[in-house]
Amino acid sequence: MADDLQHDLLIVGGGGAGLRAVIAAAEAYPDLDIAMLSKVYPMRSHTVSAEGGAAAVIKENDSLDDHIYDTISGADWLADQDAVEAFVNEAPGEMIQLEHWGCPWSREEDGSVAVRPFGGMRIRRTWYAADKTGFHMLHALFQTSLKYTQVTRYDEWFATRLLVEDGRCQGVAAIELRTGVMRVVKAKAVILCTGGGGRVFPFTTNAAIKTGDGMAMAYRAGVALKDMEFVQYHPTGLPGTGILITEAARGEGGILLNTEGRRYLQDYNLGEPLDVTDPSHPQLRSMELGPRDRLSQAFMREQEAGRVFEGEYGTYTHLDVRHLGERLIDERIPFVRELAKDYAGIDPVHEPIPVRPVVHYMMGGIDTDISGATSLPGLYAAGECACVSINGANRLGSNSLTELLVFGRRAGHAAAVWAKEHPDFDSASIEAQGAEEQARIAAAYLRPREGGERIAAIRRELNAAMESGTGVYRDQAGLEAATEAIAGLRERGANLALDDHSHSFNTELTAALELESLLDVGEAVAHSALARTESRGSHQRSDHPERDDERFLRHSLAYRTDGAPRIEYSDVTITKWPPAARTYGS
Amino acid sequence: MTSEATATRTVTLEVFRYHPERDDAPSFQSYEVPYREEWVVLDALNWLKDEVDGTLSYRWSCRMGVCGSCGMMVNGRPRLTCNAFLREFMPGPIRVEPLRGFPVERDMVTVLDDFMGKLTDVKPWMIREQEQPVEEGEYRQTPSQLADFKQFSMCINCMLCYAACPVYEHEDEFIGPAALALAQRYNLDSRDQGNAQRQELIWSDEGIWDCTFVGECSAVCPKHVDPAGAIQQAKVEATNSFFLSFLPFTPPGMGR
Ligand SMILES: Cc1cc2nc3c(=O)[nH]c(=O)nc-3n(C[C@H](O)[C@H](O)[C@H](O)COP(=O)(O)OP(=O)(O)OC[C@H]3O[C@@H](n4cnc5c(N)ncnc54)[C@H](O)[C@@H]3O)c2cc1C
Ligand code: SF4
Ligand code: FES
Repeated sequence: MADDLQHDLLIVGGGGAGLRAVIAAAEAYPDLDIAMLSKVYPMRSHTVSAEGGAAAVIKENDSLDDHIYDTISGADWLADQDAVEAFVNEAPGEMIQLEHWGCPWSREEDGSVAVRPFGGMRIRRTWYAADKTGFHMLHALFQTSLKYTQVTRYDEWFATRLLVEDGRCQGVAAIELRTGVMRVVKAKAVILCTGGGGRVFPFTTNAAIKTGDGMAMAYRAGVALKDMEFVQYHPTGLPGTGILITEAARGEGGILLNTEGRRYLQDYNLGEPLDVTDPSHPQLRSMELGPRDRLSQAFMREQEAGRVFEGEYGTYTHLDVRHLGERLIDERIPFVRELAKDYAGIDPVHEPIPVRPVVHYMMGGIDTDISGATSLPGLYAAGECACVSINGANRLGSNSLTELLVFGRRAGHAAAVWAKEHPDFDSASIEAQGAEEQARIAAAYLRPREGGERIAAIRRELNAAMESGTGVYRDQAGLEAATEAIAGLRERGANLALDDHSHSFNTELTAALELESLLDVGEAVAHSALARTESRGSHQRSDHPERDDERFLRHSLAYRTDGAPRIEYSDVTITKWPPAARTYGS
Repeated sequence: MTSEATATRTVTLEVFRYHPERDDAPSFQSYEVPYREEWVVLDALNWLKDEVDGTLSYRWSCRMGVCGSCGMMVNGRPRLTCNAFLREFMPGPIRVEPLRGFPVERDMVTVLDDFMGKLTDVKPWMIREQEQPVEEGEYRQTPSQLADFKQFSMCINCMLCYAACPVYEHEDEFIGPAALALAQRYNLDSRDQGNAQRQELIWSDEGIWDCTFVGECSAVCPKHVDPAGAIQQAKVEATNSFFLSFLPFTPPGMGR
């Protein structure tokens, strides 16, 4: 290990959350030495592919309480209400700040920002930049971050382990991909902003890099993963590729149809359909603008009833936007048209889009408090990798992008303060841990091995186990099978044989390390789901179909052990909104 | 199914290989990959990496044409490989190489340091004499003011335009199409006041005047950013401003 890399504050991850944390710390404490480390160049982070928009109360007809209520009920009451209040209260300021940093929000004629309806929200409050919202937010944040010269960037460095000494996180071990050298980056505080882990499933909107590395690093360091059983299926992905067709398509008026041409959501307690020519269509918190969990569940029921289309890449229903007309489609959802043409071979101006539920988002993640702090002193987390929790059992679309800003900033501030108060390092021991990690990786992956397993084979089996055991509907037998399969794959995963034993930009090695993360994340998801014998939000147990507030109005906490994870529970914070039935469609 | 029964159409991929720890010079390696109607070149590379040769190195992530990481030369043209369908190139062979004009790190992985530096140099952030406090709300910007720069804000930093640019190939100093388009993106934004700060670099020899208006950058851009148009516009502005500087006063209607 060569020269000494040492900073006050290290942010791992350069997506929306990481960049917001960097800027927050740099603005608040200009003398702070800040570093940001990311396995891809920041502007490649997956925030780039978010399409539909970001929610924040801005219009006269809206109120903070309404956004809070929508979020809590959308979460099936599993969100912490103090966190949701902070989130909703701070959201408008964050969004305006991003506007001041140049984000090209779509506008009304009078020059104010425009908002669109989104699922589960009873008032229009989703800001958007056409249908490339995440792309514009990420580039605006990244480009803004370039002006802070006190920030050192480690682009294309892959973090593999948190370095903990004296019960305090003091940095990470990371591979500099260009050289393949393992480096120790010391820091007085570390913020994980490493995104979600949707790649644990075979059919997902998530990019290749979304492998839950940060979740796994925290889990291995003894921090709990919270509410991991809650996995969001987005109702409208393209069959085959899993490419997302944004909810904005329905926000603008798109409808879902089964093989009989029926707007089948009306049969699942989601309200009565209005004609598409009715000026009140689409109705908020109703039908196509219901929450994602309920829409994906409705699809599965339609499938059981045989009212879905059969295609080469699985079953699907139709998302029809034709009645919007070419002009509106091109103005509001041009990317939808581009994606449908390129990847489904159809033009939505003339044909309905084939769609099916697809794994999209993890509500669960690293257990943090409302300022991003974890149970490990010096370690913070924000963004999709964290669970604060504002999303509970089901995230509302367009709350996540805003969450990156609000909690990215909060974590940036809190970690900066911690770093200032804890100036010392235990250098020698941290370096030794780095050397140990280097030796571990070299022994596991960089030596030729006879008869070992291929990465892709283990990953495929893991994906299959997750899909069959932890899909939209779950039951005990399926979940037990999944946990057993994962335990077996863990053992086999210890015997991988790589083709590539070299150093420079070894992407087969990173794939092996990502597989380690996926196995940890998959294990936490399956075990947490097995333990929760109720149905709530996105977690539906066909053997326990009712919500059980008595026993399970609680967060699950999965702790890593040598065997199966230990599952504990913690209370949900309720401030003003007592648990109630979740109703959609007036 | 027996292997005979599954043996379907294949296509040959001729892939650029270079490993800095092993090779003195690059070479090409041929692989047979299954042909599937819906596969893009990236799918074929991923299949090779998973099943045949784990040493193959390239970047990718989103597989939906927006992260900008999967650019390569495909049969001599810069393309996003997640958006280049095998069917466009049948019957093959399909030649896959790293983007032209960049140093190669390994296989299709190029070194991007130069662009990352230039991106920072053009100051791609809001510059204002006075920040409006957040409490006072958003800056107003009408849809038509947004339209003035929107196109130039669509750049995904994929580097295809650099790979297509004959000037950049020979002149490392040239700021290049995407970074210049991004400078113009901020200059044209009604909220920004940083034009003067960006001018020195953009109007310098490494800036817009290096461009010989070949226009290939705009032809290959997968996001229709039209960097050539941005450069052309900036040249007109620079020229106008040069002449104006000799006039004793700014004619009415010509100030910004
Ligand atoms: C297709 C799609 C569309 C979406 N649309 C919307 C929407 O319209 N509205 C909304 O609110 N939400 C949307 N979401 C969700 C939202 O985009 C994500 O939850 C959010 O962008 C995650 O941001 P992040 O900053 O937490 O992580 P990411 O943007 O995923 O960034 C993670 C960062 O961590 C780094 N990293 C990860 N592992 C390592 C490691 N081992 N070492 C070093 N660095 C590492 C990566 O390089 C990257 O920089 C969408 C999601 C998808 C998939
Ligand atoms: S201008 Fe176009 S081709 Fe060039 S980097 Fe940007 S998106 Fe890519
Ligand atoms: S993989 Fe993201 S642009 Fe091709």
